[in-house]
Amino acid sequence: MVAKADTKRKKGPGRPPKAAAVKINNIPATDDLLAMYKDMLLIRRFEEKAGQLYGMGQIGGFCHLYIGQEAVVVGLQSASKPGDTVVTSYRDHGHMLACGMAADGVMAELTGRAGGYSRGKGGSMHMFSREKKFFGGHGIVGAQVPIGVGLAFSHKYKEEPNVCLTYLGDGAVNQGQVYESFNMAALWSLPCLFIIENNQYGMGTAVTRAAAGRDLADRGMAYGIPGKQVDGMDVLAVRNAALEALAHCREGNGPYILEMKTYRYRGHSMSDPAKYRTREEVDAMRKQHDPIDQMRDLLKNQNISDDQLKAIDSDVKVTVTKATEFAQTSPEPDASELFTDILLPDTGDSQSAKV
Amino acid sequence: MATEIKMPALSPTMETGTLAKWLVAEGDQVRSGDVIAEIETDKTTMEVETIDDGVVGKLLVPAGAENVPVNTVIAILIDDADDSIAGASITDDSIADVAVVDKAAPENAAPESAAPATVSAPAITEAAEIGGASTMLTVRESLRDAMAEEMRRDERVFVMGEEVAEYQGAYKVTQGLLDEFGSKRVIDTPITEQGFAGLGVGAAFGELRPVIEFMTFNFAMQAIDQIINSAAKTLYMSGGQMGCPIVFRGPNGAASRVGAQHSQCYASWYAHCPGLKVVSPYSAADAKGLLKSAIRDPNPVIFLENEVMYGQSFDVPDDDVLVPIGKAKILREGTDVTITAFSIMVGRALQAADALAAQGISAEVIDLRTIRPLDSETIVASVKKTSRLVTCEEGFPFAGVGAEIAIQVMEQAFDWLDAPIARVTGKDVPMPYAENLEKLALPQVEDIVATAQAVCDGFRG
Repeated sequence: MVAKADTKRKKGPGRPPKAAAVKINNIPATDDLLAMYKDMLLIRRFEEKAGQLYGMGQIGGFCHLYIGQEAVVVGLQSASKPGDTVVTSYRDHGHMLACGMAADGVMAELTGRAGGYSRGKGGSMHMFSREKKFFGGHGIVGAQVPIGVGLAFSHKYKEEPNVCLTYLGDGAVNQGQVYESFNMAALWSLPCLFIIENNQYGMGTAVTRAAAGRDLADRGMAYGIPGKQVDGMDVLAVRNAALEALAHCREGNGPYILEMKTYRYRGHSMSDPAKYRTREEVDAMRKQHDPIDQMRDLLKNQNISDDQLKAIDSDVKVTVTKATEFAQTSPEPDASELFTDILLPDTGDSQSAKV
Repeated sequence: MATEIKMPALSPTMETGTLAKWLVAEGDQVRSGDVIAEIETDKTTMEVETIDDGVVGKLLVPAGAENVPVNTVIAILIDDADDSIAGASITDDSIADVAVVDKAAPENAAPESAAPATVSAPAITEAAEIGGASTMLTVRESLRDAMAEEMRRDERVFVMGEEVAEYQGAYKVTQGLLDEFGSKRVIDTPITEQGFAGLGVGAAFGELRPVIEFMTFNFAMQAIDQIINSAAKTLYMSGGQMGCPIVFRGPNGAASRVGAQHSQCYASWYAHCPGLKVVSPYSAADAKGLLKSAIRDPNPVIFLENEVMYGQSFDVPDDDVLVPIGKAKILREGTDVTITAFSIMVGRALQAADALAAQGISAEVIDLRTIRPLDSETIVASVKKTSRLVTCEEGFPFAGVGAEIAIQVMEQAFDWLDAPIARVTGKDVPMPYAENLEKLALPQVEDIVATAQAVCDGFRG
């Protein structure tokens, strides 16, 4: 079952999405809207702070900020259910926060401290939380995709009513293993939602210079995987598309692809001067399509007062300030940590186990 | 004029087969392309066609005959029923006059390849040590039994790979598992190594216990990023949260005459990486006990089998015996030189020890069984006794397993050594196809004997 390709919306995958007048026929309750606003704002402020700390030399290595893309993960995760699993690549701080992981632990991992989610041994690209069903945080472009299919396989095997939300970028869609994954997921009707975050650039290469053919949403067509292109700067459009796609996967119909047309305001990583695009292009996106501004306008239209919004802003500020202090004061991992977590001890697992 | 029909070689490593059934009788007229017999190898059942027209003059091997060596004359075809067999001049054509049709896997059919060099497995009786009853089983059957027992015990265990289910395994290792456990747990994959290796890693993160079969470890090169970067490193990168209980298994090393891309030992590749365990058994009992341990292990385990060993039989205890990962085994005690080996090289090391004994050199043979974690304790203790060490492996010499053993022994037992440590390895070349060159490239019994002699002679009192 292939979704009909909507030729009208075909504009070439490189262009920023227009402010599509998305018909919202499914506006969530005000509390949910506020929560989504807060989640997006937390990611924005968290990432801005991470950028600052990087500039101060407190965060090392690679650091890929999610600023601009907040609506994607917040809209998706707002539609997910308890028990659903999540896996993504290395632009992952936003995903962790949206999965409910604590800002303290994420920031402390960025500073390489013992209080980080990986106790300082993973870094920006490698964080996990079994508790929050967040399975990384993977540094090799595309490698998280078969892992996501494996998590979906485990849901089906264990007869759980869950879906694995597998995030990948427009750069990853040209990796061979992504198609190996599409094939197996479709062949075995695995509950896997592939979310292609098309932020227009794979590092410095515009998607039009890297990806042949039609919209990325259609990349599953050969496998019979339905795909849909969504304005990824509009959190409600994302949420509505996610509800539909997740229901499809959850009902045993196999995988689904959502192409999120989004945009990152910052460089690929902190060390990227982003000379491959104009200042005007970035500014136009920020001014006309910013997901947080759009949500703020919507909330105002819903008669949410400025005071209420300010209270959220200040809550978020406190969370980020606290996380920063934690990340700066948490000790570095003990030298003895160098040799831990390489292998698990043999548990003497001799019990029979039922799934 | 009569034509000999010979027992064909039906796979690169086939040495003997069972003539399961004759489909013709003496005196029958046959035409080119007629199926005349069914032959069972240790992997599969194949049909034999004649490629000549004629009359079946004589069936020389009865139906049901087992262990018929490749190239044995099994029938005589004559031109005409009136010809007498006795009067016919029997040609000594070395090429079997048959074509073979493998119903399912034409790539496995190699009707004209010569029989591979015989590798006989010295019998090792381990059952006595365990004390229980035992049965002679092939390595192939033992691996199958290990998976079946663990799948009965633990519903989370599943087997996935190319041709593991309906085909019953490209090398028949998973034979019967589909029938017992069904298609939910015995899963044929597309040819998509990177994909299903990564899927297995995800399933292990999802608290299942995948056993991922690579048809051979050569194909795991397509998947090595998932094995190293995803399976081996994630526990560390997650601060201990993300255990990955997965087994990657399949044949490793040289088979026979399959060329450079299909003949390579990956032991040192995987042993190089922290976060993996690497196991490579020799005997059927160890294959079973170690595979069971690997499936129960909470860590990723690389389980390196050997195609040539699959058909070899050993005594295997009937009881549910686990062989611990990380423990080497002294298979033969000696006093003059220690020889370490793993997988198929153990058999050659034991044969070499026999030859050395005839020359008055007492060799101690250690089957490493596990490459990582290496049981250096057993090796070092042996070297402290013998003062000499020869390491054996099929892999390339550079940065190989022998190089690692040499440095560990130097670090831990330098003062006990009476001679430099010597390595017997595959030659430092891609594997050639030609029969003579392949033999030269692979370490042989004579190489081990000569190396051990050199180590002993040059430094003897």
